[in-house]
Amino acid sequence: MNAETKLYDCRDAFVGTLEALAEANPEIVAVCNDSVGSSKLGGFRDRWPDRLVNVGIAEQNMVGVGAGLANGGKLPFVCGAACFLTGRALEQIKADIAYSNANVKLCGISAGMAYGELGPTHHSIEDFAWLRALPNLPVIAPCDRAETAAATRFAASYEGPLFLRLSRVGVPDILPDDHEFALGKANRLREGSDLTIIANGVLTHRALAAADLLAGNGIEARVLNMATVRPIDEEAIGAAAADTGAILTCEEHTVFGGLGSAVAEVVVRGRPVPMEILGVPGIFPPTGSANFLLDEFGMSPEGIAERAMALLKRKA
Amino acid sequence: MQDLKAIANRIRRRDLQAVFEAGAGHIGGEMSAIDILTALYFHVLDVDPTAPKKPDRDRFVLSKGHTANALYVTLAEAGFIPRDEVATFLKPHSRLNGHPNCTKVPGVETNTGPLGHGLPVAVGMAKAAQMSGASWRTFVLTGDGEMQEGSNWEAAMAAAQFKLDNLTLIIDHNRLQQGARLADTNNLAPIPPRFEAFGWAVVEIDGNDMDAIVGALAPEARVAGKPKCIVAHTNKGQGISFMQDRVEWHHKVPSREQYEQAMKELEAAAQ
Ligand SMILES: Cc1ncc(C[n+]2csc(CCOP(=O)(O)OP(=O)(O)O)c2C)c(N)n1
Ligand SMILES: [Mg+2]
Repeated sequence: MNAETKLYDCRDAFVGTLEALAEANPEIVAVCNDSVGSSKLGGFRDRWPDRLVNVGIAEQNMVGVGAGLANGGKLPFVCGAACFLTGRALEQIKADIAYSNANVKLCGISAGMAYGELGPTHHSIEDFAWLRALPNLPVIAPCDRAETAAATRFAASYEGPLFLRLSRVGVPDILPDDHEFALGKANRLREGSDLTIIANGVLTHRALAAADLLAGNGIEARVLNMATVRPIDEEAIGAAAADTGAILTCEEHTVFGGLGSAVAEVVVRGRPVPMEILGVPGIFPPTGSANFLLDEFGMSPEGIAERAMALLKRKA
Repeated sequence: MQDLKAIANRIRRRDLQAVFEAGAGHIGGEMSAIDILTALYFHVLDVDPTAPKKPDRDRFVLSKGHTANALYVTLAEAGFIPRDEVATFLKPHSRLNGHPNCTKVPGVETNTGPLGHGLPVAVGMAKAAQMSGASWRTFVLTGDGEMQEGSNWEAAMAAAQFKLDNLTLIIDHNRLQQGARLADTNNLAPIPPRFEAFGWAVVEIDGNDMDAIVGALAPEARVAGKPKCIVAHTNKGQGISFMQDRVEWHHKVPSREQYEQAMKELEAAAQ
């Protein structure tokens, strides 16, 4: 990525799309926990003050209220910091949303390590693991503005609960403006036959940059953007194993139970190939910004490329 | 009392400087709580910076963990951590991140950051002292917006049931939460009768008045058989005119000009 590459906060694409959807569908409501500012819901509130339900600092109540609103015929987008939405209200998400099949869109804002220096209490690097363990709850982590907007449109049209994992950390544009989101389908962003790098969220653009570095060394990496962590794209993973023989996953999440684990579950069942899982190495991260911490944990483009080279040595 | 006021003023200035230099922090809620923190660490708590884990120490939990920097500055002032270390606030690998970490910072009892955790943990601490017949006391400071979390009310019931008269909850009642006034979000008013109905002894004080704080925290103020709730009426941004009672100063960072004006006001107040 050169110095001029423009970076975007995907919350803007999210709320812009949400407002467009809300204009067309009067049943759409936003639910939040004293998080109007951090969820960028100020515009929504100004336009439809009666359709913003701010329950105060009370995440368990927020999710329960969301379920009730859906039962009553509304289409709730429940927006809160991902760490509190998923961690604090996990049982509500399980019982009231997923198990009850409530048509609620859970929108985890500033997920991953976006809150940086605010520390591990505010990081949401366990949410893939927690939520993909639940039946009936698609888990989606878009990589850029276009995918965020597309996934938000998809969320409104999809009958049933889902979790949208959104960041505030700036990312470049990757997918075309008219990108259509398909649940459980990876996007092949780059072709290659030496290995496959699978990433999502804020890691996708880093994975692409790593592939560029590898190409400089004569290594061609396939890059898959895998926004949907559940249901996972088994076909794309199977093809990656068969065609490239090695898979490296990168995620802004602990290496325990996230994207890498989901991919590995498919790989071991189908066609075992050497794999590496890059992510937060199972510790509470030290103080630092999100980008600092990603680099620190080996997820700079250089770090990813290095891991890819190490992986290739294990390839049969 | 003059001493305590001078210390609080010093802590305010150091806090302001640290937030300005780090370019982040929660200055409004820090300014509202600093008088209470000062009274606790320099007059009330039986704690020892040279033995931060001594078993019979009083316990203090900063439940409104987003105001960690006010606690760091207070701990530095009280000798728990080096004064210079405050300059590392939010820096890469600093042990002073945006929310206090008890595994790294001496004097911190439990990790907070998600709101609504401090009171339940404090109930457990007070229960432990009661079970072992120990005389140390437990204090916990929450935000008023924080009291919207249901966990607090579960803990409030437990504390009364257990007759924890060794437990003091101080609510920093600055009337503002992150995005708006409590009154416009999820109003808790009136707080005192709610706690009374939950079986607590309640007092209301001016939480930015040192004499009032010290009086309410005195051991003689204990009510036998009941946990104590101090509703501390404070101002968010207390001591800095343009921050006071303004919601945007929940986590806004002063510009250089604003920083200089704020510092001038605090210095004038120290005279
Ligand atoms: C469980 C949880 N939800 C949301 C937040 C985000 N948050 C941080 S501070 C804050 C407002 C707190 O208001 P209050 O308790 O009144 O604190 P004060 O006014 O003293 O700063 C919010 C919503 C959080 N830290 N924890
Ligand atoms: Mg408050």
